[in-house]
Amino acid sequence: MIDHLSPILIGTLGAATPLVLAGLGELVAEKAGVMNLGVEGMMLIGAIAAFAAAVASDGSVTAGLLAGMLAGVLAASLFALLALSLAANQAACGLALTIFGVGLSAFIGQSYVSHSLAGLPALPLPGLSQIPWLGPILFRQDPVVYLAFLLYVAVAWVLARTRIGLILRAVGESPEAAHAIGYPVLGIRWAATLTGGAFAGLAGAYLSTVYTPLWVQNMTAGRGWISVALVVFATWKPTRLLLGACLFGGVTILQFHAQGLGLDLPVELLAALPYLATVIVLVLISRDRKLLRLNLPASLGKPFVPGR
Amino acid sequence: MNLLEPRAEPSRTLQWAAPPIAIGLMLVAGSVLFLLLGRDPVQAFRVFFIQPLESGYGWSELLLKAGPLVLIAEGLAIGFRARIYNIGAEGQLIFGAICAGGVAIHAAGHETAWTLPLMVVAGAAGGMFWGAIPALLKTRFNAEETLTTLMLTYVANYFLSWLVHGVWRDPAGMNFPQSVMFGDGALFPVLTEGNRLNASIFIPLASVLVFQLLVKRSFLAYRLEVGGQAPLAARYAGFPAGATVWVSLCLSGLTAGLAGVGEVAGPIGQLNLNLSPGYGYAAIIVAYLGRLHPLGIALSGLLMALLYLGGEAAQMTLQLPAAITGLFQGMLLFFLLGADAFIDNRLRLPRRTA
Repeated sequence: MIDHLSPILIGTLGAATPLVLAGLGELVAEKAGVMNLGVEGMMLIGAIAAFAAAVASDGSVTAGLLAGMLAGVLAASLFALLALSLAANQAACGLALTIFGVGLSAFIGQSYVSHSLAGLPALPLPGLSQIPWLGPILFRQDPVVYLAFLLYVAVAWVLARTRIGLILRAVGESPEAAHAIGYPVLGIRWAATLTGGAFAGLAGAYLSTVYTPLWVQNMTAGRGWISVALVVFATWKPTRLLLGACLFGGVTILQFHAQGLGLDLPVELLAALPYLATVIVLVLISRDRKLLRLNLPASLGKPFVPGR
Repeated sequence: MNLLEPRAEPSRTLQWAAPPIAIGLMLVAGSVLFLLLGRDPVQAFRVFFIQPLESGYGWSELLLKAGPLVLIAEGLAIGFRARIYNIGAEGQLIFGAICAGGVAIHAAGHETAWTLPLMVVAGAAGGMFWGAIPALLKTRFNAEETLTTLMLTYVANYFLSWLVHGVWRDPAGMNFPQSVMFGDGALFPVLTEGNRLNASIFIPLASVLVFQLLVKRSFLAYRLEVGGQAPLAARYAGFPAGATVWVSLCLSGLTAGLAGVGEVAGPIGQLNLNLSPGYGYAAIIVAYLGRLHPLGIALSGLLMALLYLGGEAAQMTLQLPAAITGLFQGMLLFFLLGADAFIDNRLRLPRRTA
């Protein structure tokens, strides 16, 4: 059994990385009171921008990742312009961004369907990767996996321990109070939204240039939405988000190892598992209304117009 | 950062002018896009928006595509009025199609006069069932319907994929993931020879009337709206918020399921993996563009259908990817949301404050 388990665990971190990245970005935005349902769209735009940039630069993954982040920021600014500066319905704006992202990426991607990239080799961390069993699972990953973990540490630290984090949370809890004591509520929300866009763009870029280094239409396959659900599941706490993403990473790659585990289930039903699991964890966490209300940023999803 | 200042009163003109403004902006942005792609914008515009309507066949295709869009959007609009955001109509369409397809596959070879009506009932019930799951999860467990409806769309898709790869695969279909072609008794009759438009178009037509009556004449619609916008007031008046959730999701699931029947018992004629070119998502835009109003939705459904036809024409004549339709859809919703912002507000002249 353990022989079959370790390939799953080795693949888990890679599969969890896009969820960690996109989830952290959404968590930052939601902490500031912005519910951006456009994560799926931003990831797709990031994915195709990264792929195009990597192809144009002779397969440079770094160029791809940077282009993906930039594209994610640009996509998020469309959302911010509408949902923040024009105070439009956030749910509808996020949905619009996703529809737009699906269309735009499919449109641009048409000319990239036959290309593929080399991806990134794993970077075994010296010493640590030699630890029996745990070494290959945790420390023989590609660089973006480590980067995602570092970003988790950074986001957790900034939110919990710094002045910036405090202001961000204040804006999310009570934009009126934050406005009254002189903080630029909309500016902070813009910054949080763009940060979320950069993270989502990076997540998409990782998918198209490293994880499966080729372009497939709609290749994010709902991971953006799962990330949004993970933020709820994590009750807006970075550490729970990280654990949740790893859990989902494991569920996602289960389908590729089912035979080894002796699971005689059709592959299509196994592929549906992550989505079913998302529904189940949402139900488990949401049924505890008190827990949810305690952690939910109080102004989440509500537009703020200064002076109204 | 803030571009708005509140109007003293919401603009009634803009309430109705916002959709035409959004359409106009979409056309302008589209022309710029064509220009950037090195196409003559005038010719591209002609190919995209006029050429599809120059023949009787084109009009029949327009109605064929508008049918499911209008039908789904009518159902969604009821929920949106009550602030229940069902964004998984695509999944409800697929599940309805699966249920209707199951009837057709089991009746294959011995269809009767009851086969098609049974398919319609099965499809409606299937879509309703797929919408009822998120309703249960919302009322019982407080789970957000936006995320659950969307997740269930993926589940429905994989379920369909499992069926057409396995038990329901056509044994003579060269291993393609598709079911047998349905018999004539399991298909809506075509209205005129040479076109694909079929009798299922009467379902969305009837839905426009039904929803118009429902919205204008019934107490139910009023209570739904109150239930969504002021749950406490609704409960005080004896209409629990849970009922709003159930009615909204079941009704929109039902219309989406019916749209699924129209597709499999219409132009597709079997179960395969391409049941819908995103009708369930596009219908969200149709509902908003139609101002959540039954007649408005009929108009905006026609426009959205034209975007689909235009995309196909652009692919054939201009060698542009048909995915350009999705791009136009996204832009349209963006512009609409932007224009809507000015109903309650007006533009603030830039003085630097954030």
